[in-house]
Amino acid sequence: MDNAMTIPSQPDLRVALGPLALANPVMTASGTFGYAAEFANLVRLNRLGGVVVKGISLEPRAGNPPPRIFETAAGMLNAIGLENVGVKRFISDKMPHLRTCGCRIVVNILGDSIDDYAALAGHLSAVAGIDALEVNISCPNVKKGGVAFGTAPEMAAAVTRAVKQETDLPVIVKLSPNVTDIVVMARAVAESGADALSLINTLIGMGIDARTRRPRLANVIGGLSGPAIKPVALRMVWQVASAVSIPIIGIGGIGTAEDAIEFLLAGATAVQVGTANFYNPGATEQIIDGIADYLRQQGESSVQAIIGGLRLGA
Amino acid sequence: MPEHQEKSIVLSIERLSPSVYRLTLHAPLIAGEARPGQFAMVACGSTLDPLLRRPISIHQCSGDGRLQLVVKVVGRGTQLLSEIRAGQTLDLLGPLGRGFRLSPGPVALIGGGIGIAPLLFLAQSLMQTGQADASCRVLLGAQSGEDLAPLAAGFETLGCHVELATDDGSLGRHGLITDLLPAHLPNLGKVYVCGPHPMMAAVAALCASAQVDCEVSLEAHMACGLGACLGCAAPGADGRYKHVCKHGPVFKAEEMAWTTR
Repeated sequence: MDNAMTIPSQPDLRVALGPLALANPVMTASGTFGYAAEFANLVRLNRLGGVVVKGISLEPRAGNPPPRIFETAAGMLNAIGLENVGVKRFISDKMPHLRTCGCRIVVNILGDSIDDYAALAGHLSAVAGIDALEVNISCPNVKKGGVAFGTAPEMAAAVTRAVKQETDLPVIVKLSPNVTDIVVMARAVAESGADALSLINTLIGMGIDARTRRPRLANVIGGLSGPAIKPVALRMVWQVASAVSIPIIGIGGIGTAEDAIEFLLAGATAVQVGTANFYNPGATEQIIDGIADYLRQQGESSVQAIIGGLRLGA
Repeated sequence: MPEHQEKSIVLSIERLSPSVYRLTLHAPLIAGEARPGQFAMVACGSTLDPLLRRPISIHQCSGDGRLQLVVKVVGRGTQLLSEIRAGQTLDLLGPLGRGFRLSPGPVALIGGGIGIAPLLFLAQSLMQTGQADASCRVLLGAQSGEDLAPLAAGFETLGCHVELATDDGSLGRHGLITDLLPAHLPNLGKVYVCGPHPMMAAVAALCASAQVDCEVSLEAHMACGLGACLGCAAPGADGRYKHVCKHGPVFKAEEMAWTTR
C-alpha cells in the first residue's frame, strides 16, 4: 500500500451556528478573553473559530468593588460587575483591532431593560466586522424589580424578540443555569427567533472566610466557573440539545480537547473556552489541535460527524 | 512589550526563612525582557486544583537567562511552589504589567516583608544605569530579623545605604520602617515603595505632604495577569478602578485612592 495513503488528512473542522459559519468549533467565552488584544501575543487569533468579546452595555460600567474574584476547588468565583467600556468606546477603541483578528467576532451585549438590548443591537448592526451578537440574559431587569431576564421565560423571550427585530446579525442567546428547568428557558428563546443558544453562564455561588467571618467577594455572591462546573454544564447542554432544534454552543469548564469533545457529543455544535484562558492562555489552540487529533484517531473526516454522537443504551 | 508563556527550568530553590523561598529559574524569554517592578503569573502545578496562576514579582534577572522569584508561602498555591525541586519545570507567563519608572536623582526604596523582593531588581537597575548613587537610601522592614536579613542581603553590595527595622526589634530599629522616612524626605527626589497596604498608604501620605514623587507597587488577587479577567481592580483617585495587572502593578501614588481601603 502506498505510504501516502495512510497519512491522515486534516479533518474538516467547519461548523455552522445557523447563519454563522465557523472555521472550527472553538470560541472564547465572553469575559475571559477581553477584547482579544489582551491575548494577541499568546494566541494566534486567526486560528480561533470565534472570539466572544467582554459584555458591552450602552453606557460604560465601573464594575464592583474588590475583592472581585476568589479561587475555589477547581474553579473560581467572580463578581466583576459587568465592567466594560460602553458601546461607543467599544466601537471606536476596540473594534479596529478586532477587525484584524482574522476570526469571527461575536459581541456579547447586556442591559438593564429590553430597550437597552434593542438599542445595543441597533447600534452594533451598523458596525463593520461584527459577525454575530450574543445576548447575556443573566442580568437583572431593573424595571421588573431586578429579576434576571434569564430566569423568567417570558422576559427571555421578549429580549430575544427585541434584539432580533433590531438586527440582521445572527443572534445567540446565552442561557443562565440558575433556573429550575433550563429546557423551559431554551424553548422560550428558540421559539422567539434566536439563531443559536450558548450555555451555560456561571452558577451563582459564594465563599466565606471563616477566620474573619466575612464574605470572600465584596459583592457577597458571584458566578462560579472553571472545571468544577463542567458536569452541570454538560448535563444542561445534553438536555437542551434533546429539546430544541437550533444549534447550541457548549460552555462550562472546558480546558482540554477531551472536554470540548464531550460537549460536542452531548449535542453542542461549538464550544466556548472560558476560565481556561486565564490559567492556560494556549488552551484554545491546544483544543483545536486536539479535536483534529481525536477525529483522526476515531477515523472521522469531519467534526460534524460527532455532534450529538452520544451513545445511549446497551 | 510581548508576553511569553514559557516553560522554565528550576535551577535551584533555597529556603530563605521559615516561609520564604527563592527560586532560580532558566527562563531566557522572560528574563531577557523583564523590567523592575514587573511580575510573572506562575502555574503552581499541573492539576486543576489550585486552578489559577499566582502573580509573583520578579526579584532578579541576569543576562544568561536566569530569573529569580521570591515566594512567600501564604496558601496552597505558594505551598506547592515552595515544594518544587531543581530540574522540574515551572510554567510562567510574563513579563507582565507596568514596572517602576526609573528616573535619575536622589531616591529611596522602601520595602516591607515580601514586598522587598522586587526592589533588588530596581536597585540594580538604578545603580547600574547610574541613575542612583551612594545616596540611594534603602529602608527595609519586616516582622523579625529572621524574615528581614535574607531579603535585605544584596542591597549594600550594590552601594546603597541600607536601614532596617523590625516589628520585634530583633534586627535594626524596633518599629516601623516608615518612621525612618521623614528624616530623609527633604533630600529625596523620588520614593519607590512595595509592601503591606498600610505601609504604602503611610509612605504615600508622607511623600504627598513633602511633595516628593512616589511610586507604589500594589498586590491583588488576579486570574489572568493580562487585563482580561478584570479581577484585580483597585480604586483610583479619579473614582475609577485601575487594574493592578495592566495599569500597574506600579502606580504613581497620587493615582490611587488611599482612604477607601
